[in-house]
Amino acid sequence: MLVEEIMKTKVITLTPKSTIAEALKILNEHPIRHIPIVNSGKQVVGIVSDRDVRDASPSIFQQDHASDELYNPIHTIMSTPVVTVHPLDFVEEIAAIFYEQEFACVPVVSENKLVGIVTEKDMLYTLIQLTGTNVQSSQLEVKVPDRAGILPEVANIFGKRKVNITSVLIYPYKSDRQYKILVFRFQTMNPLPIKADLKAAGYQVLGPDAEDPAL
Amino acid sequence: MKREPVFIYSTAYTDYHFNADHPFNQQRVVMTKELLEAEGRLFDHQIVTPRLAKEDELALVHDPRYIEAVKQAGNGQLQQEEAWQFGLGTEDTPMFSGMHEAASLLVGGTLTAIDSVLNNRAPQALNLGGGLHHGFKRKASGFCIYNDAAVAIKYIREHYGLRVLYVDTDAHHGDGVQSFFYHDPEVCTLSIHETGRYLFPGTGSTSERGVKNGYGYTFNLPVDAFTEDESFISLYESAFKEVAEYFQPDIIITQNGADAHCYDPLTHLCSTTKTFEVIPRLAKEIAEQYCGGKWIGLGGGGYDIWRVVPRVWGQLWSVMMTGDILTGPLPAEWKGKWERMSPVSLPDNWQDEAGIYKPIPRKQEITEKNRLTLNQCLQYCRNKQQYNNS
Repeated sequence: MLVEEIMKTKVITLTPKSTIAEALKILNEHPIRHIPIVNSGKQVVGIVSDRDVRDASPSIFQQDHASDELYNPIHTIMSTPVVTVHPLDFVEEIAAIFYEQEFACVPVVSENKLVGIVTEKDMLYTLIQLTGTNVQSSQLEVKVPDRAGILPEVANIFGKRKVNITSVLIYPYKSDRQYKILVFRFQTMNPLPIKADLKAAGYQVLGPDAEDPAL
Repeated sequence: MKREPVFIYSTAYTDYHFNADHPFNQQRVVMTKELLEAEGRLFDHQIVTPRLAKEDELALVHDPRYIEAVKQAGNGQLQQEEAWQFGLGTEDTPMFSGMHEAASLLVGGTLTAIDSVLNNRAPQALNLGGGLHHGFKRKASGFCIYNDAAVAIKYIREHYGLRVLYVDTDAHHGDGVQSFFYHDPEVCTLSIHETGRYLFPGTGSTSERGVKNGYGYTFNLPVDAFTEDESFISLYESAFKEVAEYFQPDIIITQNGADAHCYDPLTHLCSTTKTFEVIPRLAKEIAEQYCGGKWIGLGGGGYDIWRVVPRVWGQLWSVMMTGDILTGPLPAEWKGKWERMSPVSLPDNWQDEAGIYKPIPRKQEITEKNRLTLNQCLQYCRNKQQYNNS
């Protein structure tokens, strides 16, 4: 999945000379937490988060204090340089950036101009799509040997039953790396025939049925 | 003459039949009726024949193109390539001859039930052929073609303007019905089901609460796999009572799927007959408290048609009619007849014996988890009640 498929293209920006007061107003009026700072050529020169802006704002306990700091230019508090991504980067690369750099938003830049933005929330939305929990489905997990060709063999069992698979995830089996777990979400209310087929083909089906005390 | 509930029934309900291997089998309605007759709890004068739902009634919730596709599928004229988009021709809802008529009769049965109650012929009505809660606007799914409960609720809204509380105790989430009234503050839906972590359709988390004006009128209570009677009953009672108090319904519709029973092959819940004695009792009590008794019961899921469904639905009718549950042994003549066809041995009594499933090691955790889920589910209406009272 490409960044351009999940990025938001309507981006609220400020210029380096905008004031902190303007940033505060934007953060109060819109449900956002990051504002890219761009120059007249739409190049990203910095970014501020809601925390940067609040840290630079007067304390709520000092109400009589004349709040001059609100009129400081934003470039005095913005983070720079900015980590950016390209529309043709992969979504999973952004997840690695968020994890490693410990922030939650990247501007998307193409030909040196701002074209979009991706936040943690967009990533989580994508994760929900990938896991397939947003559409009608049943779920089951199959423990299989970690070898080539295993996925089509197992998936074929669903195809033969005319059952549509909405999502597949693969992860290693606990400590024993000779095995892996295939997680399927698939569109049927009656997973029993598929479970029976999988067992007949020698695969181990995990999940609540395995421990069902009535069976 | 004393007004009595009516039992909507036709032998043609068994025409809703996908194929011999399919878990959805309307023979369970026939078995229930015969069980009640053998027990002396159901009489001919209480039985009402269902009418066919008209196409414009189906169109209250379904897309005309979808209705057309179902008709074509029933005539063998729908190509598989065309059928996928409507959820037809799948393993769950295969195409079969006459499927439009068979599905329309189930909807008509629920409309007959509604009319019986709202034209004052009967205080309550039961349509065990209905409760097909997975039907969507233009898609069949989860063994359901037309969504009779949704058609009926729209029908009530258009013809009678009553506020409807829909309570769904099927082990699967009532996603279809929820989808039609997600934005509607005059229809409140409460679904208690096994969590969607493993089970179809996967939806029905507490955070699904409705949208726009309908926000706060959708309630979902997903319980953990292996939930037992005690926890299920306590959640059901709390949720139903609080939601009724909050919503103040004019009429109650219950979807009485029987698949939360531990014998059910498709789900992972561990209810016994005890749960299914409490479910109709409270529905009746709440209907009397808020709705002058107006209550329509529907069928739903239930895939152990031998040991579970006839007893569960038998109690539903018994409570609707008399307020009491049946006890003691099942009638010998009924047992004798059906035992011959059953692949499993039929139970002796109305009540399950203790120990029909092995003890659940995680019982305490499950109970605790369910209690937290209940609080999440009801938090919004509790806050609102608190605010209104202060």
